[in-house]
Amino acid sequence: MAQDLAYVRKEMQAQQPAPKKEGTAIQWVKANMFATPKDSILSIIAIVFLIWAIPPMVEWLLINAAWTGTDRATCATIAQGGIRPDGWSGACWAFIGNKMDQILFGRYPDPWLWRPILVAVVFTALLIPMLMPKVPHKGWNALALFIILPIIGFFIIYGGVFGLPVVDTSDWGGLMVTLILSYFAIAVSLPFGILLALGRRSKLPVVRTLSIMFIEVVRGVPLITILFMASVMLPLFLPEGMTINKFLRAIVGVSLFISAYMAEVIRGGLQAMPKGQFEGAASLGLGYWQTMRLIILPQAIKLVIPAIVNQFISIFKDTSLVSIIGMFDLLGIIKFNFTDSSWASPVTPITGLIFAGLVFWVFCFGMSRYSSFMERHLDTGHRS
Amino acid sequence: MADTTSNAPLGESRAAALLYNPAVRGFVYQLVTVILVVGFVWWVTDNTITNLQNAGIASGFGFLDSRAGFDIAQTPVAYNNDMTYGRALVIGIINTVIVSAAGIVTATIIGFIVGIGRLSSNWLIARLSEVYVEIFRNIPPLLVIFFFYTGVLALLPSARDSIALPLDIYLNNRGLAFPTPIFGPGSWLMGAALVAAIVAVVALAVWSKRRQMATGQQFPTIRVSIAILILLPLIAYFVSGMPVTFDIPVKGRFNLAGGAVIGPEFMSLYLALSLYTAAFMAEIIRGGILGVAKGQTEAAGALGLHPRKVTRLVVVPQAMRIIIPPMTSEYLSLTKNSSLAVAIGYADIVAVGKTVLNQTGQAVEVVTIWMIIYLTLSILTSIFMNWFNAKMALVER
Repeated sequence: MAQDLAYVRKEMQAQQPAPKKEGTAIQWVKANMFATPKDSILSIIAIVFLIWAIPPMVEWLLINAAWTGTDRATCATIAQGGIRPDGWSGACWAFIGNKMDQILFGRYPDPWLWRPILVAVVFTALLIPMLMPKVPHKGWNALALFIILPIIGFFIIYGGVFGLPVVDTSDWGGLMVTLILSYFAIAVSLPFGILLALGRRSKLPVVRTLSIMFIEVVRGVPLITILFMASVMLPLFLPEGMTINKFLRAIVGVSLFISAYMAEVIRGGLQAMPKGQFEGAASLGLGYWQTMRLIILPQAIKLVIPAIVNQFISIFKDTSLVSIIGMFDLLGIIKFNFTDSSWASPVTPITGLIFAGLVFWVFCFGMSRYSSFMERHLDTGHRS
Repeated sequence: MADTTSNAPLGESRAAALLYNPAVRGFVYQLVTVILVVGFVWWVTDNTITNLQNAGIASGFGFLDSRAGFDIAQTPVAYNNDMTYGRALVIGIINTVIVSAAGIVTATIIGFIVGIGRLSSNWLIARLSEVYVEIFRNIPPLLVIFFFYTGVLALLPSARDSIALPLDIYLNNRGLAFPTPIFGPGSWLMGAALVAAIVAVVALAVWSKRRQMATGQQFPTIRVSIAILILLPLIAYFVSGMPVTFDIPVKGRFNLAGGAVIGPEFMSLYLALSLYTAAFMAEIIRGGILGVAKGQTEAAGALGLHPRKVTRLVVVPQAMRIIIPPMTSEYLSLTKNSSLAVAIGYADIVAVGKTVLNQTGQAVEVVTIWMIIYLTLSILTSIFMNWFNAKMALVER
């Protein structure tokens, strides 16, 4: 027995001073940036890079920038015919400020601007409760947001009803067009994508083959070819004398394209449904559509909400491609304004592009944050 | 089924049985679908034919043999405007393949660096990588292309004040000019040496693998292979009397003469596609590495493997299984995004096709050609990546 206790300490250990306070900034820096020689080298390279990149960037974007002005003189050096000293370079925010109503609404006539603004307000009012998981009546909310508002909103902006004069789609532009296009594409692609996904998993060979063919062909080609097809071939497809609006063509093209991707996302959710759910529905005597509508789709879609939001992000980014077929969406209208001779200066294009990038970034980053919020929210919901 | 029929009231039974028979209903649904689809296609085709006839455009691919009459800036194979539309489209295809392949290689490398960077224990590196990913993931690729084209490359100095880089490479707003080698007589020996070197390296790899399987001894294959690949052609170069000379770009009064030039269109498209796609790849690679169970790293450490070997032999091979399928999608999407070339005038298949379409009005044919080419490229990439995936996949015994 005695040997067994050989390791037991017989006298008290002398007291040691408390460890140095942990969590000071210096210790944190040491642990997270200079832990090993390799880490130190990397950190030094990164710091040098930041010192090289950030101050000039801040200087260019904010300090040297031209904030106010009415024409190109504020954004050009004396040699270029402006008022800035030679060698000056900075962002031309005056250009953005001057063109702001074009960037937001295109050439939409000023007296009628309240129409798109009204739709935007209603849209926001419907969107916010939709995004909050706790607010009830999601079904009605979705119906209003994705079916009723697109139709009524279109006619409010386009006119021709309620005594509002028509504002042709060729006068639409800017962020408004980007938002309308992505909004329509989302509203169309959700139901169409669900149908395609169901078609792809259908037991009926003809329906299945057609769905697979549509999805795979559309996913295999670039959006640009679909947009060209919509813009040059759609008029050929229609009977003589029947024309279809350029804006509508773009919506058709983008929606067809996105639906194929949405179908694959939804299919993922459908595949994750356990067999027992189908069997349970069958044992209750539900038919195919009842099973899908009441049992399978609500669960499947809930599973893939984060992926659907990611799809929304890519729709939003993809709408910028309509500028290639000659529409003035946010990117298109900014590019179009580069040719405005009263603002032409070497720094105008890059300022415009940075601004467009910022707007796109804010929207997409917001959506991606929301998607990860939903992911966490739904995750806890599943485990409890 | 039989029960339902017998319990149903007489008279209705046969009709009801037919109505609720899944096979019959399925058949009816499909028949209706087929009729609708065929009817729609027929209606569209009929309208198209009428419209084309009214516009006086002959359908068919005969136009491919007519004279193109437009110039292309980047021609990887000989082309002038007297050649046919068909030839122009072939150049478009080659340009698409070139920019996609270059973009895929670069994006994969950047993606790996950034993806591993995000997992770095170094706080600064991890944050920098994160900022990179968040910036590029949330802006449209078209905007990135414009940014490089009108924002960055257009600000470069004119040809007269080109930025001189080492090795006689010059950078200006007309592109990147670099020397091209001219192979004199006797250079065939170098080519032959290169082929011999490749054969030797393959043989060496097979031999060293066999030896390691049999005896457990390792051979520094990679180092020796690199040495063979460099030394053999170099020896041949000196033996054959140094036959290679270079066509060096020389600064003239207004432009550079000699050498070869990569245009700003290619450069901005290539840079934008690489940097944009790399952000997505970085996330895939990060996910793949995080997907390898921690116990694997710990077990490898417990066996006494050096951390670098743990990464190379244990973590990376398992991460690859998670990484390859989504990487395939990224490769495909990069190839498809290369179609944005049309926005800045790089002569890819879409840009060339658009010019052809504007000149001939052959909308249906050109769009068909586009679709066939992109579908073929997609299928080829998928086949290759699926083969690679099968090779890397978990072998269960």
